[in-house]
Amino acid sequence: MTRLAFEDIACFRGGRLLFEGLNLSLKPGEGMLVTGANGVGKSSLLRIAAGLLAPAAGRVVREGRVALSAEASALDEDQTLFAALAFWARLDGGDDETVAMALAAMGLAQLASVPVRLLSTGQRRRATLARVIVSDAGIWLLDEPASGLDAASLNELAAAMAGHLANGGVILAASHQPLGLEMREFGL
Amino acid sequence: MRPFVHLVRRDLVRAFAHGGAWPPLVFYLLVATLFPFAIGPDAAMLAKAGSGALWTAALLAALLPVERLVRPDIASGVLDQLAIRGQSDEGIAAAKLVAHWLSFGPLLMGATMPAAALLNLDGTALARLEIGLLLGTPGLAALGLAVAALAAGLRGASALIGLVMLPLAVPLLIFGASPGAGGLKLLAATSLLFVAGAPFVAGAALRAGRS
Repeated sequence: MTRLAFEDIACFRGGRLLFEGLNLSLKPGEGMLVTGANGVGKSSLLRIAAGLLAPAAGRVVREGRVALSAEASALDEDQTLFAALAFWARLDGGDDETVAMALAAMGLAQLASVPVRLLSTGQRRRATLARVIVSDAGIWLLDEPASGLDAASLNELAAAMAGHLANGGVILAASHQPLGLEMREFGL
Repeated sequence: MRPFVHLVRRDLVRAFAHGGAWPPLVFYLLVATLFPFAIGPDAAMLAKAGSGALWTAALLAALLPVERLVRPDIASGVLDQLAIRGQSDEGIAAAKLVAHWLSFGPLLMGATMPAAALLNLDGTALARLEIGLLLGTPGLAALGLAVAALAAGLRGASALIGLVMLPLAVPLLIFGASPGAGGLKLLAATSLLFVAGAPFVAGAALRAGRS
């Protein structure tokens, strides 16, 4: 049973209160899009959800494993895309087949043997999303997953997200662009 | 246990990718080559000062890889991702320590054989030096890792790393270069202290750097 809930969360960053009294709950199959201006605390919210940042107040309930796609890809630059993803797949209990499926889902199958440092911005973003798919986690936290993506990749992203929700997963995304998927919106 | 081995292997692959592990070795051999030029061809003098010179060279060589131990993994988000997966910061630091030692300790010990020949060290002195390096390089690796983790969030960290690490390494240098079994025992004790403490220091630094 996958679940993500915020209970009365407050976030204090750099001497500034970003938000407080934040409550939200996501049940299996539910996605939520966090919107808001730059610097309002969307990324901090996702980092709190991932457990990387301690909230100033409140409690985060996580049931199920978490996968975070953020600005940094966490893929080793010198490795081939396949090897870099395989590192995380092994750590998360997957295998080469998991990696191949994730690459295909994000339309990266042809780039499997290309070193990560040669990938373009959009390809890198897709590789980061492939890492999320590889993790097989129930809770997806996506920070600006659509930035730098072309139309075809946006469709692949929407399909991957829809598939994840259909499988009972949970998605919390922060984005300025529409993600091509009907989701509840939450203005921060 | 499996994630630990997995992390060690990743760091080792990264250390040897593009020949990144060789500069400390080459540096060490270069110092061993330069030293006789500076001291002169007096064989007795070289043999007397040789082990001390090689220990200093080993210490300086151990500084070279320190900067790329932690900072790139923070920048690329790898450490964040490991934290999300519930890997303890101490465990990650311990894996990094093992990988770091494997990437320079054995190489330095291998390079000590030609270096000892350059400095006219006899067999006994060479054996003493090799045992000393076997005991002392894990301590050097531990110091390097702890300092790398502490300095990872700072700008201009490369200069700072040497300034922080070298004074702390003085006990290793003194006990390593001193003759007799007593020195080796104290060297082992110092090294053990550093190896035991470094994962906790580095782990706490990684955790503090995240918030």
